[in-house]
Order: sequence, then structure tokens, then C-alpha cells
Amino acid sequence: MNLFNFFNRRTSAPVARERLQVLLAHERTIVGGESDLVAILREEILAVIAKHMSVPQDSVQIKMDRGASVSTLEVDIEIPTSVTTGMRPAA
Amino acid sequence: MAKVLVVTSGKGGVGKTTSTAALGAALAQSGQKVAMIDFDVGLRNLDLIMGAERRVVFDLINVIKGDAKIEQALIRDKRVETLHLLPASQTRDKDNLTDEGVARVIDGLREKFDWIICDSPAGIERGATLAMRHADVAVVVTNPEVSSIRDSDRIIGMLDSKTLKAENGEQVEKHLLLTRYDAARAQRGEILKVEDVLDILSIPLLAIIPESTEVLRSSNLGAPVTLGSPNSAPARAYQEAVRKLQGQTVEVQKQRGLFSKLFARRAA
Repeated sequence: MNLFNFFNRRTSAPVARERLQVLLAHERTIVGGESDLVAILREEILAVIAKHMSVPQDSVQIKMDRGASVSTLEVDIEIPTSVTTGMRPAA
Repeated sequence: MAKVLVVTSGKGGVGKTTSTAALGAALAQSGQKVAMIDFDVGLRNLDLIMGAERRVVFDLINVIKGDAKIEQALIRDKRVETLHLLPASQTRDKDNLTDEGVARVIDGLREKFDWIICDSPAGIERGATLAMRHADVAVVVTNPEVSSIRDSDRIIGMLDSKTLKAENGEQVEKHLLLTRYDAARAQRGEILKVEDVLDILSIPLLAIIPESTEVLRSSNLGAPVTLGSPNSAPARAYQEAVRKLQGQTVEVQKQRGLFSKLFARRAA
């Protein structure tokens, strides 16, 4: 344990407060019926991808990070070469 | 092939989720591949205790309903890379939790992990029965308090009758994890002693987790106590529990007074 940790040992409550505020701000919108924007974007992006090609579910990696002022949505899709070269199945 | 471990208690608030996180992290730190599943549909908290609440994309119900593959739903821990979390759904109805769906998820995970830890919700309803359904090993979390002990007894009865092992004429390996134990108060006769609890429940003791502010501190920070304060008394007790679960014989350490602490010899 270094000195910095020693003086910070009692200060875990502010961290808890901040984490809860961010979490609950997101959860209240969801439970209140409105789906949150990040989740809507996720669904719609996946729908668009499905419209243009059939990718196996496991070649799509999705990561989210819900923050206080900024949330991030990371969609990582492996597109098979056969699709990019024009052998696109009818949508 | 994974071992399936259920962390259960009947009563709420005794430390199931805290213990799931602490045991899971300690197992993963010893090099084991661990998947923790939160079965508390509608009131999930394992994500929060693990500090992964901002990163939840898909959940157990999404996997059961086929909206997502298990690999997409598993959240890998940022501190220990062999540690994974499958969160419960916060919004879906728990009717979506089906016997067949849970069986599929667990069978899928068995091949890829060494341990699957099922964090049971409180109560004896569907979430709790499905969390224990596939268990090979059960950790019964109990506080030295009358209502907790009564509920643990009820749960032990269910482990002996409602699990797949029980239905096949086998036994779920049961362990008692005594949490929030204050040795000084037990000494003064204010709370039940370890011996009393063991005598009443008659299942073997896995570990005694002493009452400690470190547990709350770790929860505040979103870290299992075994990662957040690995040298604290509760973390050491959880580490001991993990060694025992892995089949190493460890003498369960009772909380010692200052005198015996000062003069005790450490075993080599």
C-alpha cells in the first residue's frame, strides 16, 4: 500500500455515489418505458447490417460504456470477403 | 469440463453477490477460467459489485431467447482476464428464465470454463431453483442470525431434493460460508458461535468471513474484496475458501484475538 492509497482509504463513498448516479440515470429511462438511445442505436445498427448481409452472430462484437457525460457504443463487425466483392445475397 | 457452483442462502442481504464476486475473482486469480452468472432477473447487482455496470450490452435472457450468443454477452473483467460475467436482465420478465434455456447456457459454458458460478437470488422461487438446478457444488451463505440459519436450512433441503444431482441419486457437495461474523460479539454471547451454526445446519464449514469495512469499501469501488483489498481479513478468508474448493486441505482459520495473533506461529 503506498502513501496515496493510505490517505484515500476512507474515500470510497464518493466513488459509490458517482457510480450510482450514472447507473440510475440510465436505468430510470429504461424502466420508465423509453428505451435508452445507446440501446436503440445498437438495435438499429444491427438491423441495418442484417438487411445487407447475413453475418453470423459471433462475428459481431458489441461494447458499450455508459458514462456521466458521454457514452460509447463500439460495434466491430467481421465482414466476409465474399460479401464485399459483390456476392451479396438478395436483401 | 467446468464445475458448476451455486452461491445460495434463501435469505436476502447475507452476502451472496459479494461472495460470488470474491470467490470468482480469487478462483480466476489462481489461473482458473471462471464464468459468473447473475440469476437475479429484475434486480441484478453482480455487475455493480464487479464494477461492470456501465459495460452491460446483453444479458442472460438475451442469450436464452437467442438475441445474442453467449460469447457476445459475457463481459470480460478488466483486471483478471480469465474472469467473466453474464449479467441478469434488469428489464425483462423472469418468466423468460426457462429450465431448458438455463440448461443450454450452462452446457455451452461447461466446455469453455473451469468454474461456472451461479449467483442465486434470494427466496425459493424460480430464479433460485434454476440457479441451483445444475450445481455440482453449493456454497450456502449464512449469517450468525436466526432467520438466516432457518432459511439456509430450507435451502439445504432443496439442494438435496430439487437439483439434477439429487434427482439422479447423487449429492450436491455442500459447504457453509459463514459471513459477517464478529468473533468478539460471539465470544460475549451476543451472537451465535460458529459451533452453534455448524451444529444446527450440519454441513461442513468452508470459511468464516469476518465482518469488515473492507467489504463495503470494495463494493463502493466496484471491486470484489479479493481484488480490491487482497490482504484484508475477509479477502484472506475467501482465498482460503477457494483453495478448499479446489481440493486443497486448509485448516479453517477462526478470527483470533490480539494476543493469539501476536504470538501465533504462521504455518509454513
